Amino acid sequence: MESTACRGCDLLQRIPPLPPGGKARCGRCGQLLAARAADPLDRPLALTLAAAVALVVANAWPMMGLSVAGREASTTLIGGAYRMWMQGSEITAVIVAFCAVFAPAAYVALLLCVLAMIRRPPAPRWVGTLMRWADHLRPWSMNEVLLLGMLVALTKIAQLATVIPGIAMYAIGALVVLLPAIMSTFDSREVWKRIAWATRSVPDGPAIEGNDR
Amino acid sequence: MSTRILAAAHAGLVSCRTCGLLVRPVTPTHVGHCPRCDERLSWRHEHAIQRTWALLIAAAILYLPANILPVLTTNTLVSSQSDTIISGVIYLYASGSWPLALIVLIASVMIPLGKIMALAFVLISVRLRSATSNRQRTRLFRTVEFIGRWSMLDVFVDTFVVALVQVAPLMSVDPGPGVVYFMAVVVLTMFAAQSFDSRLIWDAAHARQDRNGH
Repeated sequence: MESTACRGCDLLQRIPPLPPGGKARCGRCGQLLAARAADPLDRPLALTLAAAVALVVANAWPMMGLSVAGREASTTLIGGAYRMWMQGSEITAVIVAFCAVFAPAAYVALLLCVLAMIRRPPAPRWVGTLMRWADHLRPWSMNEVLLLGMLVALTKIAQLATVIPGIAMYAIGALVVLLPAIMSTFDSREVWKRIAWATRSVPDGPAIEGNDR
Repeated sequence: MSTRILAAAHAGLVSCRTCGLLVRPVTPTHVGHCPRCDERLSWRHEHAIQRTWALLIAAAILYLPANILPVLTTNTLVSSQSDTIISGVIYLYASGSWPLALIVLIASVMIPLGKIMALAFVLISVRLRSATSNRQRTRLFRTVEFIGRWSMLDVFVDTFVVALVQVAPLMSVDPGPGVVYFMAVVVLTMFAAQSFDSRLIWDAAHARQDRNGH
């Protein structure tokens, strides 16, 4: 049994041994405390590789096209942000590029790196730093919002011209499914167990005793 | 095992916000870093209340220009029309796609406003040391944290409308000044939710328990 404090309410409690696929929630506030993945190494890695492929497609191919009076044009994801920059809305362009392109790409890259490194424990401690960055980036990776935004934009423009959904749009649709799937097969407790401690002085000590620096 | 509900902080334990490790700091006033992942430890997020209030008030102020200023200006040969977020919703509704109009209305108008009010309510209740309906307040906060990103919807819509319509002949769409304010509201409320610490909601209950000497 492993002691833990709930992130949501700080209640001290013990996590019972979980069956594969089992989850433990805080008895007081309902926060998810632990989820044991059935296959914590291979499955998230496979899904993350698939997400990486989908990301390349989503960024390299046109996202949607437009055809008016015989003229055709299309835009990619980053091309949309670039247009916004050229129209004088630089801050918007930067945030859109960050949330739509940079954050998802960096998030998937960080996860790939972490999942590859933990296959041979103990992973070096910088893997822990990557985990932390991935954690910070997650809320800013907005694929599902982006997909809905593109659909609304298509509907708006459909009044003016014929719109053609591009390949990248389907790739983003795939990402919207893949990223939550990665999260549900990802077992962060297992990952942390496989990463070397930052402090060398407590290699095998009880998890509860830390030391101050 | 004692029957008393025990918070980790009461037992002298800090949990790392990154890796979840329980750590017993040597000196309570200087808790230092997590021995496993090297994250800075703290009993509660630092200055959680002040930071959340500051970000929240900034977001509430920017909410006004975000809704008053136009987000898109459509220029054709004969006319020029500016749309705010609300008139964009009305346009979607009038053009027959009311489900999309409803989605944009919820994501762009109701969610930001609801977030600001919900966070203010939670902050005030923590300030008043309320110890009732902790679970519901925690759930409210978690919902705010979860749905906040959906407000970015309108920014993405505007970006792609601008990007695509550029290529249409005899017509152009320019981003208006409202977009930047609107985006600032979304980003600030997201930071506000991140800087708050839901454990503060439960601390009042622990303080009361201590006073009653259970």
